[in-house]
Amino acid sequence: MKTIVIGVIGADCHAVGNKIIDYVLREHGYNVVNVGVLSSQEDFINAAIESNASMILVSSLYGQGELDCRGMREKCVEAGIGDIKLYVGGNIVVGKQNFDEVKERFIKMGFDRVFAPNTPIEADLPFIKEDLGE
Amino acid sequence: MSRYLTIDIGSTFTKLVAVDSEKEDIIATSSSFTTVATDVTIGYKKALEKLYDSLGEKIKFDKIISCSSAAGGLKMCAIGLVPELTVEAAKRVCLGAGARVDLVLSNHINRSEVEEIKEKKIDIILLAGGTDGGNSECVIYNANKLGEAGISIPVIYAGNKSAKDDIEDIFKKYGMNGYFVENVMPEINKLNIPSAREKIREIFLKNIIEAKGIKSIENEIDKVILPTPESVLRACDLLSKGYMHEDGLGEIVCLDIGGATTDMYSMSSPSAKRMDVVLKGLEEPYAKRTVEGDLGMRYSATGVLKALSEEEIRLIDEEFDIDLAKELNFRNEHVDCVFEDDAKEALIETIIGGICVDKAMYRHVGKLEEIFSQMGLIYNQTGKDLTQIKYVIGTGGVLIHAHNPTQILEKVKGNNPLVLRPRNPKYLLDKDYILSSMGLISEIDPLLAIKILKKHLKEI
Repeated sequence: MKTIVIGVIGADCHAVGNKIIDYVLREHGYNVVNVGVLSSQEDFINAAIESNASMILVSSLYGQGELDCRGMREKCVEAGIGDIKLYVGGNIVVGKQNFDEVKERFIKMGFDRVFAPNTPIEADLPFIKEDLGE
Repeated sequence: MSRYLTIDIGSTFTKLVAVDSEKEDIIATSSSFTTVATDVTIGYKKALEKLYDSLGEKIKFDKIISCSSAAGGLKMCAIGLVPELTVEAAKRVCLGAGARVDLVLSNHINRSEVEEIKEKKIDIILLAGGTDGGNSECVIYNANKLGEAGISIPVIYAGNKSAKDDIEDIFKKYGMNGYFVENVMPEINKLNIPSAREKIREIFLKNIIEAKGIKSIENEIDKVILPTPESVLRACDLLSKGYMHEDGLGEIVCLDIGGATTDMYSMSSPSAKRMDVVLKGLEEPYAKRTVEGDLGMRYSATGVLKALSEEEIRLIDEEFDIDLAKELNFRNEHVDCVFEDDAKEALIETIIGGICVDKAMYRHVGKLEEIFSQMGLIYNQTGKDLTQIKYVIGTGGVLIHAHNPTQILEKVKGNNPLVLRPRNPKYLLDKDYILSSMGLISEIDPLLAIKILKKHLKEI
């Protein structure tokens, strides 16, 4: 069973979507480690190391995601899990920006997949399957 | 009617407490120097003579049980993977089992770290790492490292269950002294203490006390049953929760300032106590113990100096007109020094004791971190919120002999709203030195133990 670490990054306490993601991933046979709301990059990374996770799925709903996610890939490399899949989704930037540009910026930061606002978790499942080689 | 005798074999003193179950009280206490270097029974017999003298007769005891912290106590090494997770979990399990954690190692261990295990004369290693089904590479690597180095002391495996078979093979391959218990952190941030703690106790009683020359006392008495700090922890737990119709005191803190260490115990629910906080990090236990190996009145007096900033030292020197650095160094060089009826020295002892309490509580207690969120100001809380603590109990020589123990104990408090120290507790003193003894009695008769505790811990 593949392990996925999920949580809401930064000073963000949106808890509902996080619960839905938790539920749906479990339903589809993944072992979910949920670090919860108000989580730092280190909380995600530490949990991924101990649980031997294949993926970290970061949620951000309050617009500050770009600040909160900076340097996360570098920290993963430093912590010895540089190859881990990094996903991010939600309202990850301030205001209504062109999503293609936003996506480009997050890909440059080292994220493997970036999901637009209002993407249901079910729509991510095929990508997760593909990226985890299932 | 039953009469029990408890023996606390400390590094300096062997302390006896005799209890009568019908009177529901202590009938006599005595103490003598611990003689573990020659024969531990000599000191015990001397103390027993004194006890008989004060009783005026030789009585027969229905049960004689003992706890021990002599010959360095129980020295452990905690090994894990991530410092904030399995390393911290392993460390807490060791502390909760009454051990001193002299070495804490994380990630892949290296040769010099393994050397340190030998140099520091560690008694037991607790090897953790990985949640169940999580990382197994690191524990396997570490077990191999220990094996290659010819480590022969007991190693308790408390890591990822999926790696157990590999570890078993490694233990066999190198002929290691290995044991298996449940994972100390089966899921992220879940702490699992009991299984590992029981195994530590079992090994302590089977091997360690024998190696330290304490086992011979079992020819004279029924049994050594606990390391002393675990006995104190059990007494505190009982006093906090109560037993049957005998109510407990609720949430309490207990502190013990010794010559080499300052021990801090908190009995309180780890759940959040206010609406505006989010709990972070590894789960906290109800009964939590921390030990500060660098804070103490004699052996660790120089550690106290290092824990203070230059500014703090200057402030103390000026306020009390003393040379704190000189006083601390003197105590470190003369660990046997006692100061009788000297007002100035008593003041200095009180100041040093106060520093130990202040620093030990700061390290023990939970802290808040301010977060400005879209919902306004909220807080991340790591560690335990002790603001609502009702009682702070003091034990140990410094407090028992202090002219004004409240002055030392009240250093648990603090005004920083981000540090969750006790705000307005009452203070109790263990002036008859019975906490460890009642921890032992609680193994036979918990109701008797709590009644005596409530009778003898005096509010000051």
